[in-house]
Amino acid sequence: MIGIIKLVAKRLGFGLVTLFIVSLIIFWAVEALPGNLAEQVLGQAATPETVEALSKEMGLDRPAFVRYIDWLSSALQGDFGSSLANKRSVSEQLEPRFFNTMFLAGLAAAMSIPISIILGVLAALWRDSIFDRGANVVTLTSISSPEFFLGYILILFLAVQNPIFPSISNVSEGMTLGERTFATMLPAITLTLVVIAHMMRMTRAAIIALLASPYIEMARLKGEPRWKIIVVHALPNALAPVINVVALNLAYLITGVVLVEIVFVYPGVGQLLVDSVQKRDFPVVQACCLIFAATYILLNLLADVGAILSNPRLRHPK
Amino acid sequence: MNETVMNEKKAVSEKAISAEEKSARLLLKIRGLRIEGRVDDSWLEIVHGVDLDLRRGEVLGLIGESGAGKSTIGLAAMGFTRDGCRISGGTIEFDGMELTSSPEEDLRMLRGARIAYVAQSAAASFNPAHRLIDQHTAAPVQHKIKTRRESEEDAMELYRRLRLPNPGEIGFRYPHQVSGGQLQRAMTAMAMSCRPDLIIFDEPTTALDVTTQIEVLAAIRDIVDQFDTAALYITHDLAVVAQMADRIKVLLKGDEVEEADTRSMLEAPREEYTRSLWAVRSFQRHQKPVPPADETPVIEVRNVSAAYGPVLVLDDVSFSIHRGRTVAVVGESGSGKSTAARCITGLLPPLSGEVLYNGTPLARHFRDRSKDQLRQAQMIYQMADTALNPKKRIGEIIGRPVSFYGGLRGAELKKRVDELLDQIELEPSQYYHRYPSELSGGQKQRVGIARALAAEPEFIICDEVTSALDQIVAEGILKLLDRLQNDLDLAYMFITHDLATVRAIADHVVVMKEGKVVEAGPKEDMFRPPHHAYTDLLLSSVPEMDPDWLDDLLAKRGVDNIGEAAQQKSAL
Repeated sequence: MIGIIKLVAKRLGFGLVTLFIVSLIIFWAVEALPGNLAEQVLGQAATPETVEALSKEMGLDRPAFVRYIDWLSSALQGDFGSSLANKRSVSEQLEPRFFNTMFLAGLAAAMSIPISIILGVLAALWRDSIFDRGANVVTLTSISSPEFFLGYILILFLAVQNPIFPSISNVSEGMTLGERTFATMLPAITLTLVVIAHMMRMTRAAIIALLASPYIEMARLKGEPRWKIIVVHALPNALAPVINVVALNLAYLITGVVLVEIVFVYPGVGQLLVDSVQKRDFPVVQACCLIFAATYILLNLLADVGAILSNPRLRHPK
Repeated sequence: MNETVMNEKKAVSEKAISAEEKSARLLLKIRGLRIEGRVDDSWLEIVHGVDLDLRRGEVLGLIGESGAGKSTIGLAAMGFTRDGCRISGGTIEFDGMELTSSPEEDLRMLRGARIAYVAQSAAASFNPAHRLIDQHTAAPVQHKIKTRRESEEDAMELYRRLRLPNPGEIGFRYPHQVSGGQLQRAMTAMAMSCRPDLIIFDEPTTALDVTTQIEVLAAIRDIVDQFDTAALYITHDLAVVAQMADRIKVLLKGDEVEEADTRSMLEAPREEYTRSLWAVRSFQRHQKPVPPADETPVIEVRNVSAAYGPVLVLDDVSFSIHRGRTVAVVGESGSGKSTAARCITGLLPPLSGEVLYNGTPLARHFRDRSKDQLRQAQMIYQMADTALNPKKRIGEIIGRPVSFYGGLRGAELKKRVDELLDQIELEPSQYYHRYPSELSGGQKQRVGIARALAAEPEFIICDEVTSALDQIVAEGILKLLDRLQNDLDLAYMFITHDLATVRAIADHVVVMKEGKVVEAGPKEDMFRPPHHAYTDLLLSSVPEMDPDWLDDLLAKRGVDNIGEAAQQKSAL
């Protein structure tokens, strides 16, 4: 056990270092924009007087390094400053939207992970059959179509021609879980279609790679049925690569939602990000980026830990 | 075993009703078996019409070199072919049931329940993700022969009979928590879990050290006797098959050479090929005179200790290797033989002690050594398959060290590579442009030798260079190495666990155990008693061609004095 804790602590340390580097990049990328930040914000309305006033208000007269430390230490306490556009606190604006995005991603994950693993197992079981090829073609088609295109197709079929789901995912506080799920269904299906191919193909490939191993032959020679060989003997040993690809796709679900949220007018972080970029609302942009980065790093960390735990040599040391 | 004892055992067994009648009946009858393997897009026949008869309770040894089709035939006896193989002709009749035409589902009911399989490498054939007991009980539960609980209790009983330590507890471990010899016995127990009529043993001890092998052999023979199970025992080791089989069938490239009961086969082999198999162990080079005491050795290892992380793997090891001489370093896996080689080459910097080349100390790490120092020590590896870059042609593989160390280019380089190919007895015009995959195992090992020679070293480390090869091929390699040593005055460090190889080629022997040198001396002294207890254990554990060897040894030492138990005792 001590070995595992050490490994996990090490990965956690790496994750924190990565996050620190990302925060540097986010801060200095904004800093590196040409001209004064106040000029950028004011745009057409920039006169020397307004720029100077705003610079003072935003604290831009202080050195960048000091502002970075200031920004980072408040961010660590959950305070991302206040929005330039409406002067409201960034965290306050972000919080409901972050919850919405997590809900959408969670729903998509709850659908896509079981489906893709089951499809991958079945494809491995019936390798080179019609099913295997069919699943391959369908998932590859869905992954190679852009999300917004998939989204519109789904709206066409499931909202316009057959009005089953709403085409605009309008969620608000006070909705029940059922209502919320129903409203979020179309974007969740879109995301599912986008991420399923990777996970399914990795599951299939990881299992098939193991089918030539001596312990699989042994299981066959013990007269175990095919499904048991795949599910009981191959799948547990194929978990490490599958977990990694699942985590990458989960991270994608959370960070790659921008387009989907726009298509379905879903009030999530992605939409806020796009709005804020248009409004040059830098504190909000920075906060969104930092949250995306943290999620990405956290999920990869979880994948690493999951992959480590799937190895019986580490779980049960000699 | 004599008739009466066998019959008595039968009488007490559950199948007592018609034991006499059953034992007379054939259990397995194979006629004209042909098996094809897929090569690119065509089918190539690899077994050409083999007949085989096996009666209940009988052990038939299948013996031959790799490529003889032993394993393929063994698996076919279960109605099974590996992917890319198919049965193309003949009949396989198991207890009245024709396997070649049976549907897969019927065969599945047979496998594990009535015919079981014991694989060569238990470490690879146990699923790393499940405990031994889960894998043991899978077949009985699957075939509805025992409940999970019954099977668990039975497993403990089998573990006890196979003399596994802590039989009540060992099954609840994962495969990586159990040693190789124990795993192999656990796999034999697993094969017994449904009390099958037939077990296929596919080289069950080949991957084990000699002292462990003997323990597994004794256990297998015991349990096969106790339950009166019929067995196909597949191996390439004649001395092993002599201990295990009632009858022996010799195979060569998918054809039967001859078949006879074990004693007559050993005493009077009829066929030329069988005699040649018997004769391979005869190559023996004379021991060269011990070098004068004041001669500076080419390589001297002086009080070297080394560790992987916190684990000490070499403990104060010293030996030296002189020009034109071969030092064999013997010991079981984990004894530190290969680690000593890594310290000499600088791949693993020692913790303390030093390595001297012609009297001058070498830097601990290979990065700090000069190019000329690196050139002087070359290696030949065990697995020629993986030691040669599959994407490079033979000419390029051998040419690389020639240009790297010798700086030769163009026509001169080609000329030197041709010379080297001549030295290893491969025709340059034929082999220069080939890829490693187009060569046989022995030829690949020759290329490995040529690559080492290309650097024009004074000293070569041969790491188990013959253990992956068939005996006849291995002998060719040993003769080649011997000739090259005489021609070029090379010093060899020969790492091996095979004492027959030591007998063949060594001048000086170093015996290692758990990172220490337990005994060292000229070969002739090492093979003459009195020995250090561990050397004695190693020597006496090497199977001999005499069918009574194992019985005699067990009678002499007692069952509790072989294998791991004896290893522990010799450590005291």
